[in-house]
Amino acid sequence: MPVDIPAAVIGNTRLTPEYNVLSLAAPGVAAHAAPGQFVMVKTAPGLDPLLRRPFSIFEILRDATGAPVGISLLNKRVGVGTSLLYDARDGDRIDCLGPLGKPFEPVDPPAEAWMVAGGVGLAPFATLAQALAARGTSMTLFYGGRGATDLFHEAFFTGLGAKLVITTEDGSRGERGRVTLPLERALAARAANQPVTMYACGPTPMMRAVADLGATHARPTFVSLEPVMGCGMGGCYSCVVRVARPGGTHFVRSCIEGPVFDAATVVWDALKGGHH
Amino acid sequence: MADLSVKIGSLTLKNPVIAASGCFGYGLEYASAVDISALGGVAVKGLFLNEREGHAPPRIVETPAGMLNAIGLQGIGVHRFVKEKLPELRRLGVTTIVNVCGSTIDEYCEVTRVLSDAEGVGAIELNISCPNIKEGGIQFGCSLTGTYDVVSAVRKVTSLPLVPKLTPNVTDPASFARASEDAGADAISLVNTFLAMAIDVETRKPKLTNVMGGLSGPAIRPIAVRMVWECRQAVKLPIIGMGGIANATDALEFIIAGADAVQVGTANFVYPTLWTEMIDSINNYLDRHGIARVADLVGKMER
Repeated sequence: MPVDIPAAVIGNTRLTPEYNVLSLAAPGVAAHAAPGQFVMVKTAPGLDPLLRRPFSIFEILRDATGAPVGISLLNKRVGVGTSLLYDARDGDRIDCLGPLGKPFEPVDPPAEAWMVAGGVGLAPFATLAQALAARGTSMTLFYGGRGATDLFHEAFFTGLGAKLVITTEDGSRGERGRVTLPLERALAARAANQPVTMYACGPTPMMRAVADLGATHARPTFVSLEPVMGCGMGGCYSCVVRVARPGGTHFVRSCIEGPVFDAATVVWDALKGGHH
Repeated sequence: MADLSVKIGSLTLKNPVIAASGCFGYGLEYASAVDISALGGVAVKGLFLNEREGHAPPRIVETPAGMLNAIGLQGIGVHRFVKEKLPELRRLGVTTIVNVCGSTIDEYCEVTRVLSDAEGVGAIELNISCPNIKEGGIQFGCSLTGTYDVVSAVRKVTSLPLVPKLTPNVTDPASFARASEDAGADAISLVNTFLAMAIDVETRKPKLTNVMGGLSGPAIRPIAVRMVWECRQAVKLPIIGMGGIANATDALEFIIAGADAVQVGTANFVYPTLWTEMIDSINNYLDRHGIARVADLVGKMER
C-alpha cells in the first residue's frame, strides 16, 4: 500500500559533480519496500517542475535497532528535477510516494544471481543484493560506468559476498568497454546445468543487449525499465511498454505491471528510453 | 457541516469533487491509496466498443505548470469494463461516471446502450472532445451540428444522466453548451485539454510521438474558468468544471464561476491522496462564509 510522505532530507552525499545519494526520512515507505520498487518524488514544491519523477529505492535506512526509518535515492543530475535533488539540503521536505511497482523476485540457490548495472542503473541492486544474501544465493555484480569516478558502493556489494566485475568505457577501471563483454564471456563459460538468473538495469541499449544474451544463452533475465512516467499509480497510461502477452503484444503500464519485466517479453524495438 | 451534495440530472453526488476521466484509470488503481467511494464521483477512462491500443510513447511531456498528453485513449473496451471493473466499483460504493467514446454516432450509442443495461453506472460523460484521436471525438465536439446530432442520438438510447464533455478548442464554447442543452443533455462538463505541441530544439523533433497533444494542468486554469463562466451565462444545465484544479481554492473558483461540480485530473498525478483535504476544505469554506449548501455558491460571482 503506497503512502505519500513529506519526507525530510536527512543526508545528501555528493559523490561526484554528477551523482549524489539523497537520504529521506520515510519510515512508511521503507517499512514496505521490496527490491526493485520505486518512489515518485516531487523534486520541488510548487508548479515547476509540476510532475513527480520516478526513482528506484536505493537503500533502506535503519536505526540502531534495525527498524526502517527511511530510504536513499541514487541520483544523477541530468535535468531540472535531478539537479534540484542534487542541491537538496538537510531539512528540506520532499514529497515521496511509494513504494510502487512490481519488485524483483530474488532467485534461490543453487541458482546464481548475476546483476548487470550501468551507471545510475545500480540503484535497484543494493536491496536486491541484500535479499539475495539473505537467501544464501551466490551473486555477481557486473558494473559498468563511463570511468572510474562513475562507480560507487562497491564495498557494499562485496561486503554482502557479491563478486564484482567492473568495466569502464575509458578503461580507467576494470576492463575497457561495455559491461556486456565480460558478461558474454561468463555466460559462454558456464555449464548449461548451472542455473543463472540475470537482473539488469541501466541504459536501454545495455538492457537490450543483456536481454539478447539471456535469450541466446537461455537464462532467465529480468530488466528494470524506466520510461517517462506521469503518475506511478496506473492513472495516466503514459509509461507504457510493449510486451508479449498471451494473444499478442500489448502496451502495459510499467508503473504497475513493471518496472521489472521478464526481458524475453519486452518488444525492444517499441521502447523509447526516457530519463529526466 | 454544509450540504455538499450536487444534483446532475437524476444522479446525486455526495460532494462536488470528481476524479477526471483519463487521469484516474478505472478508479480501482487508486483503491489501495484512497477511499474512492468518498469522492463525489469517479469518471473512468474513456471507453470505445472495443479495446484500443493508444499511441506509441512518449505519450506525455511536461511544460510550464502543465503537461501535454497524447495517450490516444488506450482502453479495454466497454464489454471488458462491464465485466472486469464495474462489479468491483459497485461493491466499493463508487459513484461511477463512464466516459463514452466513439468513432461514429452508432458507436457512441452502442457503448451507451451496453452501459445502460449494466448495473452500477451513475452517469454517461460523452467524450466529444478528445484532441488525440483521428476519428470521432473532437470532430463532433468542434461542430455545432455534430454536437447536437451525437448528443440527441445518445439521448434516445439511455435514461442515465447524459453529460457531454466539451472541448475548449473552439471560439465560443457557450454555443456548444446550448447545442448540448437543446439536444437533451442533463449537464455538460468542460474543459477537455487544449490542443498543443512542444518541440525539442536540439533534435528538432516533436516531444510527443503523436506530434500534438492536449495541454492540462494549472497553466490552463484561467482560460477554463472563463469558459465555465461563459457557459453559465448561456445554459441552465448543471456544469461540471475542470481545468488545472489542484486544491479547494481552485475548485471554489470554478464553482463561483458557475460550476455545480468539478473534476480534478492532472493534480491527481502529483498528489493522488488530495481528495479528503479538498472536500474538507470546501466544507470549511462554506461554513466560514455561512453558506448552507454548496449549490448556493454556484455562479455567485460578485461584480
